[in-house]
Amino acid sequence: MHDPTPEAGKARHAISLTVNGTAHAVDVDPRQHLGDFLRQTLQLTGTHLGCEHGVCGACTVIVDGAPVRACLILAVQADGASVTTVEGLAGKEGALHPIQSAFRAHHGLQCGFCTPGMLTTLAAFLADNTSPTEAEVREAISGNLCRCTGYQTIVEAALSAAQTLRGEG
Amino acid sequence: MKSPQFAYHRPQSVADATALLARLENAKVLAGGQSLMPMLNMRYALPDHVVDINRIPELSGITIEGDRITIGAMTRQRDIERSDALFARAPIFREALRHVGHIQTRSRGTIGGSLCHLDPAAELPGLVRLFDGTVHVIGPGGERSIAATDWGLGYMTPAIGADEIATAITFNVWSGRRGEAFEEFARRHGDFAIAGAGVRLQLDTGGHIARVAMVLVGVDVAPVRLLEAETALVGRAPDAAAIAVAKSGLDPLDVLSDAQNSAAYRKHIAGVMLARAFRRAAQSAGAHHA
Amino acid sequence: MGARYFGAAVQRKEDDRLVVGRGRYLDDVALPGMLHAAYVRASDAHARITNIDSSAALGVPGVIAVFTARDFGAENRPTAQMAPSPLLQQAPTWSPLADKHVCYVGEPVAMVVAETRALAEDAAALVIVETDPLPAVTDYKSALDPGAPLAHADLKSNLAASMQARFGDVAGVFARAARVIPVTLEMHRGGCHAMECRGVVAAWSPAGDELTVYSSTQSPYPVRKGIARHLGLDEHCVRVIAPDVGGGFGPKAVFYPEELSVPLAAQRVGRPVKWIEDRREHILATTQQRDQLWTVEVAVAADGRLLGLRGRIVHDNGAYVPYGLILPGTTVQSLPGPYALEALDVTLDVALTNFVPTTPVRGAGRPNAAFALERIADIVARDVGLDPAEIRRRSFVKAAQMPYPTGLNGRDGTPIAYDGCDFHQSLELALARFDAGDFRRRQTAARAEGRYLGMGIATYVEDTGLAPFEGATVRVDSNGRVIVETGAASQGQGHATIFAQIAADQLGVDIADVTVKSADTGVFPLGIGTIASRVAVTGGSSVLMAARNVRAKALKIAAVMLEAAESELTLEDGHVQVAGGSNKKLPLGALAARLEGIPGLPMPPGITPGLSDTAYFEARQTTFACGSNVAEVEVDIETGGVKVHRYVVAHDCGLLINPMLVDGQIRGGVVHGIGNALFERMIYDEGGQPLTTNYGEYLLPTAPEMPNIEIVHTQTPSERNPLGVKGAGEGGTIPATACIIAAIEDALAPFGIALREHPVSPQRLIELLADKG
Repeated sequence: MHDPTPEAGKARHAISLTVNGTAHAVDVDPRQHLGDFLRQTLQLTGTHLGCEHGVCGACTVIVDGAPVRACLILAVQADGASVTTVEGLAGKEGALHPIQSAFRAHHGLQCGFCTPGMLTTLAAFLADNTSPTEAEVREAISGNLCRCTGYQTIVEAALSAAQTLRGEG
Repeated sequence: MKSPQFAYHRPQSVADATALLARLENAKVLAGGQSLMPMLNMRYALPDHVVDINRIPELSGITIEGDRITIGAMTRQRDIERSDALFARAPIFREALRHVGHIQTRSRGTIGGSLCHLDPAAELPGLVRLFDGTVHVIGPGGERSIAATDWGLGYMTPAIGADEIATAITFNVWSGRRGEAFEEFARRHGDFAIAGAGVRLQLDTGGHIARVAMVLVGVDVAPVRLLEAETALVGRAPDAAAIAVAKSGLDPLDVLSDAQNSAAYRKHIAGVMLARAFRRAAQSAGAHHA
Repeated sequence: MGARYFGAAVQRKEDDRLVVGRGRYLDDVALPGMLHAAYVRASDAHARITNIDSSAALGVPGVIAVFTARDFGAENRPTAQMAPSPLLQQAPTWSPLADKHVCYVGEPVAMVVAETRALAEDAAALVIVETDPLPAVTDYKSALDPGAPLAHADLKSNLAASMQARFGDVAGVFARAARVIPVTLEMHRGGCHAMECRGVVAAWSPAGDELTVYSSTQSPYPVRKGIARHLGLDEHCVRVIAPDVGGGFGPKAVFYPEELSVPLAAQRVGRPVKWIEDRREHILATTQQRDQLWTVEVAVAADGRLLGLRGRIVHDNGAYVPYGLILPGTTVQSLPGPYALEALDVTLDVALTNFVPTTPVRGAGRPNAAFALERIADIVARDVGLDPAEIRRRSFVKAAQMPYPTGLNGRDGTPIAYDGCDFHQSLELALARFDAGDFRRRQTAARAEGRYLGMGIATYVEDTGLAPFEGATVRVDSNGRVIVETGAASQGQGHATIFAQIAADQLGVDIADVTVKSADTGVFPLGIGTIASRVAVTGGSSVLMAARNVRAKALKIAAVMLEAAESELTLEDGHVQVAGGSNKKLPLGALAARLEGIPGLPMPPGITPGLSDTAYFEARQTTFACGSNVAEVEVDIETGGVKVHRYVVAHDCGLLINPMLVDGQIRGGVVHGIGNALFERMIYDEGGQPLTTNYGEYLLPTAPEMPNIEIVHTQTPSERNPLGVKGAGEGGTIPATACIIAAIEDALAPFGIALREHPVSPQRLIELLADKG
């Protein structure tokens, strides 16, 4: 029988990590996932939780260069990692990442709830592939649900941002 | 939808990990977490202890020595997908991994995790079975090597003890005139497949089948090899008649059903995927008939 | 004055915050001392509660309280009916927590309040609810048959209401019809699946007499009314705020039990309480829709013209009726669609079942009606041997007949009359863009290769701009900033942008100088809700009216201050200027400062304080949007897989305030409809247990499977509001399901497959193909 409150479960773990360029050293509850940690402990509420079972993609953040679902990694596992959230996509002076500008220009968002996960997913994807086809973009966001846009303007925004990142635009 | 409480352990070595697992009651191994974490969040899994094996360096990496390939159990799906060296020897891995979840889950998900979770439709256990691979595990009783054919004991039940961890997967690739292909059908890209098929074959100088392996996923609790049909195919040209022989391997199978997909439909899809994979594998081996 | 922003694809004001992660959604609300709630929900579809044991849960450290129905006392009673109707025969509503019975899986039974959500969930798992299962109504189609089990043990039957849509000489029309074709159709249940689930935060004032509720709602004013009425508070003591809302699509317009239990819990524990619906709860407990069974006959003239329709619809209402007959009403009032029927006699029976209630989801009951009418038109086309487009040409209401009284009455009892719809033009535009001739050539060539392409068409008409009103205040402050305040809540539609466009044009200011505040009952006194594609019409017109009045007032005070005649003044670039080369001008801010009052200085005669105005646009007549869709699909006859290759929309929603945003509404709506056609289905077992309770099981449309959507606009100005606009929020969804199903049927025409339902899964298609050998 599972004991919901084992003594050992109350042990907190000290972690240190970098989030959007800022170093943090914090004690975390082992069961807290990275999404809750970012939202509750660091008050970075740009990362959204849409399903908490790893399908909707709204909580996507970039961990050591790779897009991951923040609901499917424990905060304690991010010890030593470098994490980028939607709040960290823009440059130091607030200059938007090309994918952020493109979302605005192409109406790639409506309610904005899936948007942080779309932006982080695409920022990581475009860092790997600056000349994607439309089909590749659609596959890249296949793990991100959006109920508002029908995806088309998100895809257009991604292709436009790729052009900017290639210096063509 | 929050995980229940558990104690968290992060061993730094295989020895530490197995010692912990030997000692702890009701412990779960946390590999890539892409299956365990949803099960925790939904409270389908209620462990008292979680043993995180993500910080054990020797469990990750791809090694190629001649025809022998070793993939560390904690190698991320993303790294397997991106390995050009592996792609050169076994391109089917990259092809199949495109169907495994989404880029975010492949960033974390591991081959060992996929094998130990053993979803009936999972692609990677299917590939290990396709290559007659071996899963290497270690536990209190020492190291064991488990042939892929013996890996699946039942529904989501691999042949690994609760106090063991998988360390690596090994398999051999064929050389010469060979081809391989993976096909699956899912309602949406990245969903667990209704059924999928992997085929690899090797042609002799006359263009006849010298060796062939065919695996189905999604049809049974563990990947299914069509061994009798494989034997019957040796020596034949990889043509339309050969595809019929390949598909005859499905006839005796009892196939899974669920709320969305009947057994008959899954079986039908498995046959379609098998034919498509066979045709493409033959084409990539340079056959002209299929 | 010439419009600068109206009609332009202006980038959204909302996006600056949202693309950098600075939105403020419900779960971002954090109040000092706030506690977190988790619910224990029914696991039976229908049962009597015999005992609830909370003792173990109360022992979990960090748990503050566990509430059951008994703990809420007299306040745990059924909610008032949100939408009363004389047609309602039996209309049980839900209570904050289930008391004696549970009537659907997911109904809230107990509530744990704890220091964190995780602890609340730990404790909720320990609450023991004992029940005696009762027979459950899990098949709405037989729910009204004699001997069916009862969805509520204390009711006499499962019939909530019976609605009629009737006009013309039905018997005569059917008697002289060249053919009468029976048609049976089924539509299945899905959900809204806004990416943000619901959520409620409640906080009481220190004195306990004022309540602030944050809710992820489409309808803050009805929620205020519901809470105030239920808790016996004065409305001014209840403030409801909808922060950024991550999608609504209908179900967030409903007043939910959690909007009472969270405030009740907060009151009893004396601290703010937050509840965030998780995705499983969303799938279990947020309202759904679309299950209907149509058993009808269509009367057809010798030339294929549709003449009449008669028969019965059974509508799955679910267990409670919180939202009256709004949903089934939109089905019957959508008849006869774009078709000039001579007679209609359809009865819709609303059946109570042991499922989560149904209320409008994007399109409400209209997609059902459109699915039925468009399927019927295709069935007739095949029966008569005519092209589906030709059947429609012969049957549509003609543009010259506008305004066209359909023969039915609306919710307010007045005759429904379509305005400004040209169905023929819309169909031809869509067909021309699609290039149907080219498609038929490609289809023939593909079939020769064993590939099956299909083309579907669907036309719709939608009542938009629902009565009674929305309102807006437009005011200018002494910095020259324009503030628009309105009750109309937003869930991503971009209302702040279009309202700013309208106000900026009227006041000659830059759109950046307009701030829009909405969805806070403490900011604006009255509102209805963001439902039924109504906010651009009602809210937008209110902003226009108020801004015009502010403009007039600005000119009036400027005339005094500049000592000029009003007729000599112009308002541009934020300044009122004397025409004719004079450099005498005043910024709007200075005018506002004068009207904000200066101590000791009397107001100018005849001018009221404040450079502001409040206006309410009252919708007297519904305005009708319309359009036609054409889709191309390819069916893989080996797998049953369907790929949507193309999707063309011809659309007329009147004048476009912002074409970029309208296109966004259409595309998102179409994809929802494609989801209903191909993917989305809430599956239950025979006992009423839901089997699709996560996003691996309930399939939403994802990017790789969705087509690009081409849109052709016509803009027929509505004469029923000062902006000339019509609603755009649901027109994408309404015909889309019908269009895709028609295309699949067309693709499989060589096999004679008939599709009479949605969604259709690949498995279903393979089964149908196998039946045909």
